[in-house]
Amino acid sequence: MGGSLMLRMDHALIDEIRRQGERAYPAECCGVLVGIAGAVKEVVRLVAATNRRTDDPHRYLIAPDDLRRIEADLRPLKQDVLGCYHSHPDHPAVPSAFDVEQAWPWYSYLILRVDGGRAAEVASWVLVDDRSTMHSEPIDVLSEV
Amino acid sequence: MPVTVSIPTPLRPFTGGDDSIVLSGETVGQVLDGLIARHGGLKRHLMQEDGRLRSFVNLYLNETDIRHLASTQTPVRSGDVLTIVPSIAGGSPATETKPPLSHAEMLRYSRHLLLPEVGVSGQRRLKAARVLTVGAGGLGSPLSMYLAAAGVGTIGIVDFDVVDLTNLQRQIVHGTSTLGRPKLDSAEERLTDLNPNVKIERHETRLTSQNAMEILREYDIVVDGTDNFPTRYLVNDACVLLGKPNVYGSIFRFEGQASLFYAEQGPCYRCLYSEPPPPGLVPSCAEGGVLGVLPGIIGSIQALETIKWIIGAGNSLIGRLLLFDALKLRFRELELRKDPACPLCGTNPTIRELIDYEAFCGIGAEPSYEGPEITAEELKAELNQKGGDVVLIDVRERHEWDIVHIDGARLIPLSQLPERLGELDGHSEIVTHCHHGARSMKALEILKGAGFSKVRSLAGGIDAWAERVDPGLARY
Repeated sequence: MGGSLMLRMDHALIDEIRRQGERAYPAECCGVLVGIAGAVKEVVRLVAATNRRTDDPHRYLIAPDDLRRIEADLRPLKQDVLGCYHSHPDHPAVPSAFDVEQAWPWYSYLILRVDGGRAAEVASWVLVDDRSTMHSEPIDVLSEV
Repeated sequence: MPVTVSIPTPLRPFTGGDDSIVLSGETVGQVLDGLIARHGGLKRHLMQEDGRLRSFVNLYLNETDIRHLASTQTPVRSGDVLTIVPSIAGGSPATETKPPLSHAEMLRYSRHLLLPEVGVSGQRRLKAARVLTVGAGGLGSPLSMYLAAAGVGTIGIVDFDVVDLTNLQRQIVHGTSTLGRPKLDSAEERLTDLNPNVKIERHETRLTSQNAMEILREYDIVVDGTDNFPTRYLVNDACVLLGKPNVYGSIFRFEGQASLFYAEQGPCYRCLYSEPPPPGLVPSCAEGGVLGVLPGIIGSIQALETIKWIIGAGNSLIGRLLLFDALKLRFRELELRKDPACPLCGTNPTIRELIDYEAFCGIGAEPSYEGPEITAEELKAELNQKGGDVVLIDVRERHEWDIVHIDGARLIPLSQLPERLGELDGHSEIVTHCHHGARSMKALEILKGAGFSKVRSLAGGIDAWAERVDPGLARY
């Protein structure tokens, strides 16, 4: 258990997250990864969320009401929330202690480093079962051939 | 009351995939208890250790957040739906904002910014960093210069010495123009010339058990550039007690050592050396000499480790002791382990505050050599008067003799003296001398022990002689 699946997503979706991260800099961007969970978690689209934390540019919060609305929209499409994405302005794409503390099991937490306004590396993380840390999760990026 | 609990996707691995579970209870709290009783794996994700709901767990009774009702005391009715709804939160580690870089700084640090491991974020961390260097001498020179050049925002320096001509062979932060001035003044001028963005914090004092905690507390990381054991143990102990990393370096003649002691993640200096060597066993650089480039290498390694630690790049020297031999030009590495029995950072520490480090290192308790002394001026007068009746024995080493010696003296190095006593006439007046007067007192002990009675030691050694009697001789 713990959801050590692979994340699969199209290159265009990664590019979209990079654009959002650069636009939000020096604040953080955040949003939800939507798709179908099977043998891998296949992300089919992103839902940009409103960051409900306005007091601190280094925090993000996707509020439960917003998530309920997103989930209600997804139900007829047989899609699920697979996790979320957010940016780390001027900080590596590794989970902070706060990220770990706030993490849900199974969800993929995709983190983008934005260095001085330029998007840098992207990595995805999953909480381990005892909540002590997050493990890196491979991302299978699909690009157009 | 049967209530349907709706399980969100991330928790379904703990319910065998079920998205809803029917449970009974009178209140929301009881329903939750029933849920956890059935699926124990959920507990740590829903509850904090104190039993309260985690902040990111939201419960909706039908359409209403229970925070707007009576929380977990809210009564439930048959047919109610209790929905667990995630809120998703997180953020980058720094809640405080690192200072931004000006255009001039961008240009100055351009070669850093080109390295992905440093980048703008690493450079801003350097700018925000506060580093304390203990000592502005051989190690402190290259160390403080590279830290300043690298853009470390605040550098604290502890030193109370003045710049001496013998320093300049290796202490490159100082210069001929600052001879005789406090090392702090000299270093501050050089460092602010190198990088005016750097703030230098001056601590013109000897680091002691009384002031160390107060001074070190204000810094993120401490770099030890000291040359004596009491201060080295003091820096180590204060760093462990304050939870700060201590970048260690030491040098002697042609050999150097470096490590990063950080008790939170690895061993401390006491795990490596639980006790100091007996006083006098390890000569200082002033006694034993040191190749000037050596502190340049070791101090640079300390600067490197400091910068890596600040920007969080690469593998640190935590748990590793780096040994450098300049003559063989060889680096070796020893694995260091945290000592569970370490009195400072072990499992049952007995040292919980700073101690008397002079006493710990046996300073003041070493055997003192006493004997009759003669001043340089008195010796000059006697030599003029008695001439060849006074035998002057130079107990220094051959290479010191080659630097400078007193005409008419005989060279018998201290280490050879016991075997060469036969060369001396027990009836003549003997005066021993060395560089500053310490070794010749030891020689006096040896001579007196062998039955020589008319023996004296030249106070202040050849240095006093050259200073006050024969200015034609070189001093070293």
